Amino acid sequence: MAHAAVHDAHNDTHDHKPQGFLNRWLFTTNHKDIGTLYLVFALVMFFTGGSMAMVIRAELFEPGMQLVQPEFFNQMTTIHALVMIFGAVMPAFVGLGNWMIPLQIGAPDMALPRMNNWSFWILPFAFVLLLSTLFMNGGGPQGGWTLYPPLALQGGNSIAFVIFAIHMMGISSIMGAINIIATILNMRAPGMDLLKMPIFTWSWLITAFLLIAVMPVLAGAVTMLLTDKYFGTSFFNAAGGGDPVMFQHIFWFFGHPEVYIMILPAFGIVSEIIPTFSRKPLFGYQAMIYAVASIAFLSFIVWAHHMFSVGMPLGGELYFMYATMLIAIPTGVKVFNWVTTMWEGSLTFETPMLFAIAFVILFTIGGFSGLMLAIVPADFQYHDTYFVVAHFHYVLVTGAVFAIMASVYYWLPKWSGNMYSERWGKIHFWMSVISVNVLFFPQHFLGLAGMPRRIPDYNVAFADFNMISSIGGFWFGLSQLLFVGVIVHAVYFSKNRATSQVWEGAKGLEWTVPSPAPHHTFTVPPVIDDSMLAHGDVTH
Amino acid sequence: MKPENAKLEPTKPVAHDARGIAKVALGVVFAAFLLGFAMVPIYRIACEHVLGIRMSGEAADAAQVALMTEDKSRTIAVEFVANVNSKLPWTFKPENARIEIHPGALTEVWFDASNLSDAAIVGNAVPSVAPAEASPFFNKTECFCFTEQTLDAGESRRMPVRFVVDPQLPKETKTLTLSYTFYANELATKQLSVVPVPVAGVAKN
Repeated sequence: MAHAAVHDAHNDTHDHKPQGFLNRWLFTTNHKDIGTLYLVFALVMFFTGGSMAMVIRAELFEPGMQLVQPEFFNQMTTIHALVMIFGAVMPAFVGLGNWMIPLQIGAPDMALPRMNNWSFWILPFAFVLLLSTLFMNGGGPQGGWTLYPPLALQGGNSIAFVIFAIHMMGISSIMGAINIIATILNMRAPGMDLLKMPIFTWSWLITAFLLIAVMPVLAGAVTMLLTDKYFGTSFFNAAGGGDPVMFQHIFWFFGHPEVYIMILPAFGIVSEIIPTFSRKPLFGYQAMIYAVASIAFLSFIVWAHHMFSVGMPLGGELYFMYATMLIAIPTGVKVFNWVTTMWEGSLTFETPMLFAIAFVILFTIGGFSGLMLAIVPADFQYHDTYFVVAHFHYVLVTGAVFAIMASVYYWLPKWSGNMYSERWGKIHFWMSVISVNVLFFPQHFLGLAGMPRRIPDYNVAFADFNMISSIGGFWFGLSQLLFVGVIVHAVYFSKNRATSQVWEGAKGLEWTVPSPAPHHTFTVPPVIDDSMLAHGDVTH
Repeated sequence: MKPENAKLEPTKPVAHDARGIAKVALGVVFAAFLLGFAMVPIYRIACEHVLGIRMSGEAADAAQVALMTEDKSRTIAVEFVANVNSKLPWTFKPENARIEIHPGALTEVWFDASNLSDAAIVGNAVPSVAPAEASPFFNKTECFCFTEQTLDAGESRRMPVRFVVDPQLPKETKTLTLSYTFYANELATKQLSVVPVPVAGVAKN
C-alpha cells in the first residue's frame, strides 16, 4: 500500500487541477472530469426525456385528445426514445466507464485522453441539433425512434437533423468505445491480468466491442435514409425497386446489439455491488464473463425477432425464435449467480444494494416478458402493443436506469468524498421502485388487451389501466427530483466524510485511493495483491 | 504513461501501444460501416438463394416457359390485388379478382388504370407474389410492371399480364396472390413537363 501513502502526500500539496472553468471542463483530458461531464449530461438528458414522457402520460391519462395535438404527441414519443437511449443511458455508462475503469485497473488515465474530450463534447452539439427540430416549422421527427421508411421520410426536413444528430452520437460513442478498448488492453497495472479484472471493466470491454461493430451499421442505415430522401436513391423506396423491409433488417442488426449495449454495463455494476453488500466474492466470476460474452455474441444473430410480423418465411421465424430463446441461458446464469452470491452472505441493505436487488428482480420480469415476445405465434398478438412498451421499460428503466442509480449511490462517496444521506437515498429508492411498477406493470395488461403503442388516443376500454399507469408515471418522475436532491446534498452540503474504503465489504483498486479520488491517481502503478480483488481467488 | 513507470518492470510485457489498438479498432469501425451497405446485396442474395423468394421484376425466360406442360389434374386459384400509393391520383383494379387455372397453362388477365388528375403522370407498378416461397414458380412473360406507364390527364388504359405457373409448384400451395402497387415516378413525371412529347402507349426508356 506504499503507493497510497505517496498519493496522500502528493494530494496534500497540490492536486494539479487546471485553473479556470474553461480549462477545467472544456479542455479537460482528465478521465474523472470527463466522466463527471458525461454523468451530468446524462442526468440533464434524463430529465429532458423524462419531461417528454410526462407529456405522453398526461395525454394518455384519459381517453380522447386533451392536451396536445397528435403530431406533437408523436414527436414526444420519438424524441423521448432518442434522448433516453443516446442521451441518458449510453452517456451515463460511458461516464461511469471513464470514471471507474482507470481506477479499477490501476491506470493513470484513459489511453487516448484528447479523443476522450472530443467524444464527450460532440454530444451536446448532437442533442442541440436533435432538440432544435422541436422549435422549427413542422416540428420534430414523428415516425418513431426506429425511423422506419417510408413513414420517417414522409415528414418534413427534421429527419435530416435527426440523421446528422445520430451520426454525431455514433461518432461520439465509437470514440468512447475505442478509448475504453485501448485503455483496458493497454493500461492495466502489472499483475492485473485479463481474468483478474473487475467485472464492471470486463462488461465494458465487451460492450465496447459491440459498439464499434454496430454503431457504424446504424450510421450506414441512416445515411441510406438520407440519400433516399434527398439524393434520389431507392435503397428502401419500393417505387424505385428498393425494399422498406430491408431497412428493418439493417436497423435491427444494429438495434439488437444496441439494447445489450444498454444492459451489459448494468450487469457489470450489479456484479460489483451485490458482492460488496453480501460480503462475499462474486459467485462464478468466470461464468459471469463468459455469460456476458455469449449474450454479446448471440445479440448479432437474433435481430429479426423485432419484425416477426413483416412476412418472413416460416424457417426464418423458427430460427429467430429459437436463437432468441437461447439468450435466456446465459442470462439465467447471471441471475442465478447474483442470487447465489447473496446466499448465506452477511447482507446489509444500503441504497446501492436496494437498487441492485430491485434490478435483479425487475430485470428478470422484463426478461420473462421478452421470452413471451420471442414466441412467434404469441408475438403476432403482442407486436406493437403496450406489452412491448412494458417489456422494454422493465429492462431499460428498472434494468439499465436502476443499475445506473445503484452505481451513483455506490461510487458517489468515492467521487465526492462525502457520504450521501442514506435516509433520503432509501426514500428515493422506495418511491422509485413502487412508482415504477405502478407505471409499467399495468401496461402489460393494456398490451395483452390489444392497446397499440404510439397512439395519443385510445378505446375507453383501456381507460382505467392508463390512468393508473399515468399516476405511476408522475409519481416516478417527481421521485427523481429526490435523486438530484440527494446528489446535490452529498456533493456540496454533506458533512459526513467518506473513508477510502467507503463500504465495509468493498474490494478492488478503486477503494485504495482516497475519497474524493484525487485528480491524478495511479501515476505509479499499484502493486496488486489478489486479496484486493472483489471476486477473490480466481486462479483455482 | 509517465516515464517513472518505466522503472517498474511489468510482470507481463504490454503487447500493443494505444495508438495501434485505436487503429485496429478504427479498421473494425470502417469495416462495420461498409457492412451496413454490403447488407443491400446480401439481403437480395439471401432472399433469392437462401429463402427462395424471386426479387427480380423481369420477364421469365421464354424458352424455359415453353417447356412447361399443362397439368390438367391440378387446379389452383390465383388472386389479384391492385393498390395505388397515396401520392398517385390514379385508380387501378384487376378485371377479375380471382381465377382458377391449371399449372403450366399460359394465362392472360387484364388490369385497368385511370389517371384522375389533369396532368400526365408516369407510374411504376411493383409486383409481389404471396406466399413468397411460391414466387419462383410464378413466371410472367408479359407485364405492365416491366416498364414505366405514362397516363395522360384523364386517360384510362387496359393492361395485360400473361403468366405461366410452373407445374413444379409445391403441392401444398393451392392459392397464389399476385399483388401490384402503383407508385408515382416523380423523376420521370418531371421530365415529361420539361420535354412535352405527346406519349401514347407504353413509354420506353
